[in-house]
Amino acid sequence: MDNFIAARSQMALSLGFHIIFSCIGMVMPFFMAVSHFIYLKTGNTLYKNITRAWSKGVAIFFATGAVSGTVLSFELGLLWPAFMEKAGPIFGMPFSLEGTAFFIEAIALGFYLYGWDKFNKWFVWATGVVVGISGLLSGILVVAANAWMNNPKGFDFINGEYINIDPIKAMFNDAWFSQALHMCIAAFAATGFAVAGVHAFMVYRKKNIRFHAAAFKIAATFAAVAAILQPLSGDISAKNVARLQPAKLAAMEAVLKTEAAAPLIIGGIPDTATGQVNYAIRLPGLLSFMAYGDMHHPVKGYDQIPKEEQPPVMVTHFSFQIMVALGIFMLLIAVLYLIIILKKKSWQNKTWLLRLFMLATPMGFIAVEAGWTVTEVGRQPWIIYGIMKTRDAVTPMPGIPYTFYLFTAVYISLSAIVVFMLYRQIKMVGKLYDNSDNEALTFSHDLH
Amino acid sequence: MLYVVITFLWVSLWFYLLFGGADFGAGILELFTRAHNKDRTRRTMYRAIGPIWEANHMWLIIAIVILFVGFPKIYATMSTAMHIPLIIMLLGIIARGTAFAFRHYDAVVDDMQQVYNRIFTWSSLITPLFLGIIAGSTVTGKITQQPKDFLEDYVFSWLNWFCVAVGCFTVAIAAFLAAVFLIGEAQGEKDKRRFIAKAKTANIAAFIAGALVFFASLYQHIPLLDWIFANPVGIISITAASLSLILLWYLLSKGKVKILPVLAGFQVTMILLSVTYIHFPKIVLLKDGGYLSLLEHEATGKTIDALGAALLIGSLFILPALFYLLYSFRKSANRTKA
Ligand code: HDD
Ligand code: HEM
Ligand code: HEM
Repeated sequence: MDNFIAARSQMALSLGFHIIFSCIGMVMPFFMAVSHFIYLKTGNTLYKNITRAWSKGVAIFFATGAVSGTVLSFELGLLWPAFMEKAGPIFGMPFSLEGTAFFIEAIALGFYLYGWDKFNKWFVWATGVVVGISGLLSGILVVAANAWMNNPKGFDFINGEYINIDPIKAMFNDAWFSQALHMCIAAFAATGFAVAGVHAFMVYRKKNIRFHAAAFKIAATFAAVAAILQPLSGDISAKNVARLQPAKLAAMEAVLKTEAAAPLIIGGIPDTATGQVNYAIRLPGLLSFMAYGDMHHPVKGYDQIPKEEQPPVMVTHFSFQIMVALGIFMLLIAVLYLIIILKKKSWQNKTWLLRLFMLATPMGFIAVEAGWTVTEVGRQPWIIYGIMKTRDAVTPMPGIPYTFYLFTAVYISLSAIVVFMLYRQIKMVGKLYDNSDNEALTFSHDLH
Repeated sequence: MLYVVITFLWVSLWFYLLFGGADFGAGILELFTRAHNKDRTRRTMYRAIGPIWEANHMWLIIAIVILFVGFPKIYATMSTAMHIPLIIMLLGIIARGTAFAFRHYDAVVDDMQQVYNRIFTWSSLITPLFLGIIAGSTVTGKITQQPKDFLEDYVFSWLNWFCVAVGCFTVAIAAFLAAVFLIGEAQGEKDKRRFIAKAKTANIAAFIAGALVFFASLYQHIPLLDWIFANPVGIISITAASLSLILLWYLLSKGKVKILPVLAGFQVTMILLSVTYIHFPKIVLLKDGGYLSLLEHEATGKTIDALGAALLIGSLFILPALFYLLYSFRKSANRTKA
């Protein structure tokens, strides 16, 4: 493995790891706030217990998200010093604002986790909401930074020099809105389905049914709303990519030949040597329509992109297909679920519904990873689109494959521990939060 | 605005040294606590730092962001030359942060606690050690912008007596800060005496490590003494630190602990002030005799203005909130103790 590939892999691994924790960290506080709100309004201790159980999970995820994020802020320099030297002052604005958002989040979380029973209950509730809002804000800001790499604005690039730098313009580049919107909704969908799936499984196993059914309902409602909005925002994203990064669109859709009325290609194995996509389903004119709102608008293909500027088509195309397929599947579940809670309440505890949600547990996160792969691999060979090549940004330090192996081992072990902890957390629900299954056992445990 | 940004950089390093340092120190103390006392040390520590430990480590992120936005050349040079120690420090940060959360939030309390504890205490030692090593490397004049030789430029630039001595000094300071902060948190006379003894030991360790730094600087021809005693700020701050040290020992032996944390914080502040003042604005000394300067290698354009504005606005939100967090938990901790 050469240094360059190792650096890219290490970056992808760290980001792919971090994003899972950051999504959960920015969405779970909202679930908790809802459950906490129901408890404060009704006094039903079931919801108090759900809130407490979730807050412990969030603390674990928050800590893991925080350290993996800290690693990232160093890794940008460790792996891509040449990129950071030029880009830091330009796209740094959102990062410096993000610092404030993170700080507020950490402070509010301190109040929320340790202030229970010590402060006014509505004050504690409000700090929980602040955790969620500042998490969401930091998500938006960091995505704005990434969007700048796709649509570099706010400077003039003359003779290899970056001049007239304007960090505010850089932050509000043309890609930030669609990416940030899509990312926020994705976080809700992914976390919602993951949490709902776990609680559905426990209801299915007939463990602490009342507890898990109530928790399921909160998570599934969030997930359903997000999953319905997701394709709409994805459409905005796709139109934006078509406008700003035609090469990425070509890679996503496997457009090897420029065509006037480009078909939407589903599946298939793209072959850049022959310019054919084999074994694919083609829907004539649909891609032109989806990207430009016109059945006959030409779509730029690989034949019009210089060879050294073509992104890898295979990875990008497949990742895109996976994301869209999962998005559509989640959309269907979401529509079904909304119909059930609005019209068909009797289906709520049907086994097949639980099974469906159990099946969807990992889907949101798989789609998130796939989506980021589309964004990042589809931008190649550029690290700053059209300005700086990724290859020119990599660190001169030799031996990066070893740090890549090391970090892979660390992240695998961490994931294993987090899963293990989560398993124990769920296993203990009966003892700590809901002993309705086991009334004989009077267990009064100090929740803290 | 440039001076606003530099002030924020200094303040975040200062706060990280004080609060993050005390945090690391608590883990270091736990490592050097006898088995039957470990549990009580741990509980005292949770009460003291639990609510703010996440915030304590934000200072490092703020410092890093200021560096890469405001002083990209310094960030890029340091993260290339210090690749290896930074990686080790990052592993320490990962291990420590997760182990702290895991041992507190694991729903089942069993043998896994031993694993978390061991990871936590060792990484509490390793992380500040490497932080100190990296800090030391900025003034040894071994960093180059055109690294060629692997051992010379990526390894010996930080693996040398001076840097390691600075690392040990950092560790000792962290342990000292923690011990002093924990005295006030102790429940009962016995624990109080235990932490007082620890504070004394850590202070002696810091003194020895400081002497090591001095000898290493002689050995490596780093004119440390000239730097410190060639300017009034250096002389005044070192004198003030020494005088307060005498006062501190006096109070320690009398068991008067109320203002100890302030004194300890004051000493550490004076040390940081003296070493940073001498070098300002030359923050990194290079191998070729050149340097990287906060006043020459800053970002251009509107970046510094925007960064300064963002930091000022941010601190309007952060500082009152942080203060209120500290204040209210202090109050409730005192109530539970009484
Ligand atoms: C510079 C590196 C960097 C990069 C590229 C990212 N992050 Fe991050 N992230 C951090 C640096 C960071 C951090 C500064 O280190 C944080 C701050 C404190 C913390 O919780 O870790 C963090 C945490 C953090 C949190 C709070 C964590 C929690 O509540 O558990 C959120 C919501 C995000 N990130 C969101 C994102 C998203 C959506 C990203 C990708 C699209 C992303 N971050 C990439
Ligand atoms: C704000 C957020 C992000 C920033 C600033 C960012 C930045 C970067 C940088 C600097 C690189 C290395 C250069 C390159 O290959 O172009 C990279 C690569 C990569 N990132 Fe991101 N990234 C972000 C979010 C993500 C997320 C959340 C994922 C999730 C999986 C991701 C996946 C990848 C992948 C797969 C690569 C390797 C691409 C390749 O080399 O082919 N990125 N990113
Ligand atoms: C069926 C609907 C979907 C469509 C049409 C769609 C479209 C897109 C497009 C065009 C991009 C690339 C944007 C860019 O490069 O800037 C993208 C990226 C992404 N997608 Fe989707 N997507 C869909 C569903 C989903 C779902 C269900 C999720 C996750 C829950 C998801 C998560 C992401 C993420 C995390 C990114 C990268 C972040 C970003 O660039 O915004 N997508 N999506």
